[in-house]
Amino acid sequence: MTIRLGVPSKGRLMDKTFDWFARRGIALSRTGSDREYAGAVDGVPGVELVLLSAGEIPRELLAGRIHMGVTGSDLVREGLANWDGAVSELTGMGFGQADLIIAVPRGWVDVDTLDDLDAVAAAFRARHGQRLRIATKYHRLVRDFLKEHGVADYLLVDSQGATEGAVRNRTAEAIADITSTGETLRANHLKILSDGLIHQSQATLFKSRKARWSDGDRQTFARLMRQIEG
Amino acid sequence: MTRPPDPGLDAEQGRILRLFIAAGAMPLDPPILQPAETLLDLYGEDIRGRAYTTRDPLGGEMMLRPDFTVPVVQGHIAAGSNPARYAYAGKVFRMQEAGIDRPSEFDQVGFEIFEAADPVAADAEVFALFAQVLAPLNLRAASGDIGVLTAAVRGLATSDARKAALGRHIWRPRRFRALLDRFGGKSPVPRERARLLKKCRDGVDVMAEAGPLVGLRQADEIAVRLAALQADAAEPAIPAAQVDLLDEILRLRDKAPSALNRLRDLAVDMPAIQGAVDRLAARLDALAARGVDVDAMDFEGSYGRTTMEYYDGFVFGFYAERRPDLPPVATGGRYDALTRALGGDAGVPAVGGVVRPALTLMLGGGG
Repeated sequence: MTIRLGVPSKGRLMDKTFDWFARRGIALSRTGSDREYAGAVDGVPGVELVLLSAGEIPRELLAGRIHMGVTGSDLVREGLANWDGAVSELTGMGFGQADLIIAVPRGWVDVDTLDDLDAVAAAFRARHGQRLRIATKYHRLVRDFLKEHGVADYLLVDSQGATEGAVRNRTAEAIADITSTGETLRANHLKILSDGLIHQSQATLFKSRKARWSDGDRQTFARLMRQIEG
Repeated sequence: MTRPPDPGLDAEQGRILRLFIAAGAMPLDPPILQPAETLLDLYGEDIRGRAYTTRDPLGGEMMLRPDFTVPVVQGHIAAGSNPARYAYAGKVFRMQEAGIDRPSEFDQVGFEIFEAADPVAADAEVFALFAQVLAPLNLRAASGDIGVLTAAVRGLATSDARKAALGRHIWRPRRFRALLDRFGGKSPVPRERARLLKKCRDGVDVMAEAGPLVGLRQADEIAVRLAALQADAAEPAIPAAQVDLLDEILRLRDKAPSALNRLRDLAVDMPAIQGAVDRLAARLDALAARGVDVDAMDFEGSYGRTTMEYYDGFVFGFYAERRPDLPPVATGGRYDALTRALGGDAGVPAVGGVVRPALTLMLGGGG
């Protein structure tokens, strides 16, 4: 019985994933040409490597088409409603770290916390006749976070890329995006709210609760985890 | 899950609808699809976690109605004559959270009174009608009055800005509590806020310090808020006695006549709630005159705070005590602020409620 392990198919995420497994005695490799998404696993029998885009991995885990997968924890929490019921987090992998944060213009000297953001949103609406807009692609995470913290009177606008430019371009008044060094935010005259950390993301090894796990699969999984945990 | 049609449910829905029509209501058949923009504007982003959204290439984002309120109010504003009574029946659609075992689509039968002249009489008429329709089921009647809470907030010895902040969050208990703690001096001023205020006092040009300002929010708006923050810092804490009084209203949970007596006592210390308390007394009298057993009615000071943000007066619900796992069989209340939000000056004071025929059927209510 083979269990299917989904792994990002390109870039640093793929390289670091391969390194991470290699350091634990599991050699992953691409087979075929660069254009083919097939792979091989050496070190634990019964594991099949599937190369996918990092963005697709949450869906594949939910559908149970892969038994395990490596992807950003932010992508799982955003992409899957009730993510905890669909997958389980086996271990953070220590790379691909990025914080999902809420940022506002640095010029908003009167705003440092979510409380301030809420008060400003109310005043903004009264003054401008429209809700304060927050640009993000993380709709679920941002909405749940702001609801939990009692921020009302805002509107989310979708931004699939270059979110930091949204405020300058006047398509939003604030943003929620992932950041690692904060350089891009600074360059765009934005600052992070002191209590505006929504999620600390990193590359994470997930297990699908929805895949078919035979007894043989479970044995293979146990062997794989023993190898990983060293 | 696909089911065969349920003639029992249809009959029960029709039976309740006919009772509402007999009480003088005009039947309405509002559309299931609503423009998302209206609902978003009214309820904010929270609605996206509740209402199913779909896209119409020509009409833009649409939502399946999570309740009948918006279409009924809009229908009245567009075509209705004041006063008016309406009744309606049909499916509503609500996304449920993970792990919650409630249906995503279910039937409601509703009754609404739009009338400006005598709100207390209208409140009593709606409740008495529901009590009558539901009488065979021996349900527990719960009630509250958001108007008492809003009056209490207005009666606090503090700035208008603080009252407005509290008033905005009456429907968000956690945020309300956090604000009350801060304004009552129980939680400290955040460090960064204290640092900012000191700089302002020292005459530092904090805005120049921050560099270029990007986006729609203007420098003058920030200046206005800075001034407001400085004024707020000079504001004394809300007296502990008043915070305690507000807490007592929030915790109040008794049979209606006893609750009224307690509120009368509290009104001595906070005259601002006297008007709302008098209205409550008049409402209980009007209910009793219609044959409602007010001695058996529960009153809760917090009732209605965690529903959708629009009830702003009398609120009520009917519960099957022997089935605490079920949602309320019927709910309702006054929502004047919502009709104003949708219709501006054309907004008419309104009160109404809905019954779930699936529950009345389950509990044995077939006429």
